[in-house]
Amino acid sequence: MTEQARDGGMPTAEILRVDGVSMSLSGRQILDEVSFAIRAGEFTGLIGPNGAGKTTLLRVILGLQRPSRGQVTVLGQPRSPRRQPVGYVPQKVLLDPDMPMRARDLVALGIDGSRYGLRLPSRQRDQAVREMLHAVDAERFAGARVGNLSGGEQQRVLIAQALISRPRLLLLDEPLANLDLRSGQEIISLLARIAREQQIAVLLSAHEMNPLLPVMDRVVYLAGGRAASGPAGEVVTTEVLSQLYGHHVEVLHVHGRVLVVAGPGGADDTALPATDALRAR
Amino acid sequence: MHQLYTAVFEPGFFGSAQVRTAATIGGIVAIVSAITGVFTVIRGQSFAGHALGDVSAAGGSGALLIGLSPVAGFVGLGIIGAGVMDLIGVRRLRGRDLATGVVLGAAIGLSALFLYLTSTTGATTGATQQVLFGSIFTTTSGTIPAVTILGAIALAALAVLGRPLLLATVNPDIAAARGVRVRLVAAGYMVALAVSVGLSSLAIGAILSTALLIGPAATALRLTKSVARALGLACVLGVLATWLGVLLAYDSYYWGSSHLGLPVSFFIVAVIFAAYLVSGLAVSRRAGIRAEPVPAVPAAGQDNVAA
Repeated sequence: MTEQARDGGMPTAEILRVDGVSMSLSGRQILDEVSFAIRAGEFTGLIGPNGAGKTTLLRVILGLQRPSRGQVTVLGQPRSPRRQPVGYVPQKVLLDPDMPMRARDLVALGIDGSRYGLRLPSRQRDQAVREMLHAVDAERFAGARVGNLSGGEQQRVLIAQALISRPRLLLLDEPLANLDLRSGQEIISLLARIAREQQIAVLLSAHEMNPLLPVMDRVVYLAGGRAASGPAGEVVTTEVLSQLYGHHVEVLHVHGRVLVVAGPGGADDTALPATDALRAR
Repeated sequence: MHQLYTAVFEPGFFGSAQVRTAATIGGIVAIVSAITGVFTVIRGQSFAGHALGDVSAAGGSGALLIGLSPVAGFVGLGIIGAGVMDLIGVRRLRGRDLATGVVLGAAIGLSALFLYLTSTTGATTGATQQVLFGSIFTTTSGTIPAVTILGAIALAALAVLGRPLLLATVNPDIAAARGVRVRLVAAGYMVALAVSVGLSSLAIGAILSTALLIGPAATALRLTKSVARALGLACVLGVLATWLGVLLAYDSYYWGSSHLGLPVSFFIVAVIFAAYLVSGLAVSRRAGIRAEPVPAVPAAGQDNVAA
């Protein structure tokens, strides 16, 4: 598999460390002792069924929510949004249709949107924005208002906005949810390429892991608030996932795709996709 | 030529000290309102702007009652109102309308009380008209420095906060992840909005201040897609509307034989409204140019089936 091929590389800097993070919201345990680390240039998939705690975990890493226990370390220091700016593409942001801002203005805010004071015109900035819009195949609608764009178009603009700030860590929450399969594949290979070229650590959440398998260096698999992490080949196994889910699940390989199914592995269960497997519990 | 000139500018227009003061204060207020307004329209907080107008009306009427400077009353209570709205939930999208509505109601109640007390004590005639619908021709030139300084403070605040404010408007979480103090930026904007609305309440009245805040900004944002250009265009529109309103109000004294000067606020708002309507026509003629959107395939189903 691809994981093994890439593991022989040089040891690189650790960008993110999540250490024993637990989180309860109104008495419900959302995250339970989640620990993993991500290195520069690594593309990590945060995989789990809906409701597994993926968004909460991302918000804790961002510093938007404080964990009940545990610690998040970015670049060797406790997480602080002011010291370590992190690129972020939130889940399903559908921008207000009336939002009177052009796509290229939004991407430009990715460069300097956190800076105070007046902005001076800059040819360099305009050039960088154009190149980034080209990279995510969004040139066509650079001059359109973001509110008028489709979900997939907005997703590309938001990804461009996050990438152009050249973060060391980039978090994306279900970026494929608004995209058709082909656009999803394009965005994934783009992110994987940029992660490697610019040594950005990418953490991308998805409820479906198969589109990510070709590019993923590691997987953080989240189920019922608990996490297992490592190369996909080691984590996505019947043993590890059964332990994680707390009941028997079967990992099947069908035509190069990975299928997680509930139950003892009987033939009538195999039709259940991964997300429904947990809900059926 | 001369006849046309005297028909447009009735005798004494440029010589009148009142007109000069009104044009100066009106111009400053129009610029501050236009720039604040562009941010207000982008943030979708017109309702908050309107509510702050009512809050400053309470301040203005309170100031009249106890003999304070109207500028201090309009702007002072507006800032306090902005603080209250920020505290009780204007930050959350859902809490916004509730907090705004509650504050607006309380403010109008206070205005009713203050204006009643003012009229019964008989210290000032026409207080209600003045506070609610403006008094740009009765404003003395002595208030120009205060208006200038307060306007400059509001604009400086917006210049400093501009980019983080826009980023937080697009998505507060993205801004927070980038290190923007979203709460502080939003509160700073509310204060700038309060100052701006307080000043326009002074000029064209608390109830009509929303028109000067939203009208030129909304018109400009219809005509151009660039935020930077919209800021400039809104200023031009606001100043032109205000000056045209002042001119028409001055001239209206000579219309007919009754020599009834019509209220300047009416003319300013009428010009703004007309500009907004015309811009709508201009935009709808241009519509339909944008390229076809990429169809968004509902992603939920087919991924799982394929898996």
